Amino acid sequence: MSYRRFHAIFRKEMLHIMRDWRSLMMALAVPLLLLLLFGYALTLDVDRIPTVIYDQSHTQQSRELANRFSGSRYFEIVSRQGGYAEIVKGIDRSKVLLGVVIPRDFARHVESGEAVAVQLLLDGSDSNTASIAAGYAESLVLAYSTELREAQLIRRGSGKFEPPIDVRVRVLYNNEMKSRNFIVPGLIAVILMIIAALLTSLTVAREWENGTMEQLLSTPVRPSELLLGKLSAYFLLGMADMTIALIVGVGVFGVPLRGNMLLLIFCSALFLFGALCWGIFLSTVTRSQLLAYQLSLLSSFLPAFLLSGFIFAIENMPWIIQQFTLIVPARYFVSILQGIFLKGVGVQVVWGQMLFLGIYATLVFTLANRKMRQKMA
Amino acid sequence: MQQRNGSTVQVRNLVKRFGSFVAVDDVSLDVSRGEIFGFLGPNGAGKSTTIRILCGLLAPTSGQALVYGFDVAKEPERVKQSIGYMSQRFSLYDDLTVEENIEFFSGVYGVPREKRAERKAYAMKMAGLEGEHDRMTRLLAGGWKQRLALGCAILHEPPIVFLDEPTSGVDPMARRQFWDLIYEMAEGGTTVFVTTHYMEEAEYCHRLALMYKGRTIALGTPAELKKQQGVGSTMDDVFIASIEREEARAQ
Repeated sequence: MSYRRFHAIFRKEMLHIMRDWRSLMMALAVPLLLLLLFGYALTLDVDRIPTVIYDQSHTQQSRELANRFSGSRYFEIVSRQGGYAEIVKGIDRSKVLLGVVIPRDFARHVESGEAVAVQLLLDGSDSNTASIAAGYAESLVLAYSTELREAQLIRRGSGKFEPPIDVRVRVLYNNEMKSRNFIVPGLIAVILMIIAALLTSLTVAREWENGTMEQLLSTPVRPSELLLGKLSAYFLLGMADMTIALIVGVGVFGVPLRGNMLLLIFCSALFLFGALCWGIFLSTVTRSQLLAYQLSLLSSFLPAFLLSGFIFAIENMPWIIQQFTLIVPARYFVSILQGIFLKGVGVQVVWGQMLFLGIYATLVFTLANRKMRQKMA
Repeated sequence: MQQRNGSTVQVRNLVKRFGSFVAVDDVSLDVSRGEIFGFLGPNGAGKSTTIRILCGLLAPTSGQALVYGFDVAKEPERVKQSIGYMSQRFSLYDDLTVEENIEFFSGVYGVPREKRAERKAYAMKMAGLEGEHDRMTRLLAGGWKQRLALGCAILHEPPIVFLDEPTSGVDPMARRQFWDLIYEMAEGGTTVFVTTHYMEEAEYCHRLALMYKGRTIALGTPAELKKQQGVGSTMDDVFIASIEREEARAQ
C-alpha cells in the first residue's frame, strides 16, 4: 500500500466528480429534491378529511353534531346539505372521503335517551387513510354521545356522570405525532444508499469501458489502492449529502435531533462505507456501466426504500419478507437514525445495529477487494 | 538491475490458451537492451495477447517470460515497475487536462517528488504540448493524444516499453513523428516492443517476429527476412510467403 499511489487515485476521482457536473448535480440535487418531496408532500398524517354531512334530521341536536365535525381540525365540511347521491358522487371523484348520515329521528331518540345510529360512509380505496378517518369520526361521535348521556343524567338529577374507564394518552418521543419527524431521519438512509451505490457503480465499469483500466493494470497500482482511492472520493461526496440532509432536516423541517451528533455521523460513515463498497463491487463484477447501474438500483435503492422500515412498517410485512429485511443494511441504519433523532438514544441501545453495519461493510469491502484483485490479476 | 544473458526480455515456450483456443502457441524470443522489436501480424495473430502477458496483465498458461529479469507470472509487481505500456486506445482520462493526466500517472508510477517537474516538462515537450497544460485531453487531436499517452507511459523512465498498435488511427505525418520518438527512446537505451500491422512500420524495427495464429513464423532483421525470401523482395512478399509456408506445414 503506497500513500502516493492512493493519493493519485483519490485526486483523479475527485477531478472526475468535479468535472462531471451532471453527476455532481445529481449527487447534490437528488437529496434536496427527495427531502423536499418527502418532507412536504409525503405526509402520512390524516387531517382535514373532506366530509359531507347528510343531515336528515334538521334539528338543533343534529346541527350540534355537525358543528363538532366542522370544529375539528381533522375534518373539513364540504357540504352540510348532502344526500346519498352527493356523497357517492363525491367519493367517486375523490372529492369526498367521509359521509356522515344523521337519521330523521335523531333528535327524538336523543331526547328520549334511546340508542340511535349515525351512519359513516367511507372511501375505502385508500384503506389506511379510511381506517384512520373512521377512527377519528367514531371517537368524535362517541365523545358527543357521552356528553349527551351525561347531560341527561344531570337533568334527571342522578349526579355527575363518571365514565368507568378514563383513557389518558401520552405519546413518547415524537409527541406531536408528525409523520415528517419519522420520515426525514429515515430518508437519510435512502439518500446515502442511492448516492453511494449508484455513483460508485459507474466508477470501475467506466474504466473498463474506456480502456483506462488496462492502462492502470499495467502500472504498479494495487487493487486496494485503487479501491480505497475511489472509495475516499465518493465517501466525501456521500458525507456532503449527509450534511445537506442534516441541515435541511433539522433546519427546514424542524426535525428534533435529540441524540449525539457525533454518534450520528459515525453511524452514517459506517453505513456509507458499506454502501460504497457494494456499488464498487457491482461495478467490478459487471464491467458494464449500464448493467452495474441497473443492478445497484435493484439491489440497494429498492430494499432501502421498501424494506428498511423507513415508511412501511416491517412488523406489518409477511413473515418471509420480514426475514429478508434482516439482511438489508438500510433497515439497521433507519432504526439507528430514528433512535438517535427522535429518542436520543446512545451507543448502549444501537450497538447491535452498528455491529451489523460494521460487519456488512467489512464483508463487502473484502469481497470488492478480492474481485478487484481477480480482475486485475 | 542485472540482465541475464544481455537480454532484457526472454520468452521461453510461452503458451496462452483461452478454453480450447490457443492464442499464443509456443513462442520463444530474446530481446536485448535498446532494441526496437516488432511484432507483425494480422489481427487475432496473438500479438496483443503476448504483449499483455509480458506486461503482467495476463497469466501465461505455460512457459516462462522474464522481463528485466523478473518472471511475469511470479513477480508481476516488479515487472510493472520496470515497464511502460501503451495500448492502442491511448488510455488517457478525457475529462482531465493534459497536466492532470501527467500528474496522475506520475503518482501511480511513483515518480520521486524531486523528479516530477522535470519528467512532466519532458512529457509535455515530447507530446508537443508545451504551454497547453490546461487543455482538456478530450479536445486533443489523435497524434497529440497518442504522444501524450506515450509520455505518460514513460514518466518513470522504464527500461522497457510495450506499445500495442500505437499508431492505429493516426495520420501518416503523426505516425512518422511517433517513430522518431521511438528511435529517440531506443538510442537512450530503452528497449521498445511494438506491435503493428503496417508493413512500412515493420521496416523501421531493428528486429521482427512475424506472428500468425499464435506462432512466430519468422524472426530476424527486416534485411535478413527479405534476403531469405530472395533478392528484391519486399516485406509484403516475406509476410505472404511465410503465411503460405505455415498453412502448408499445418496441412
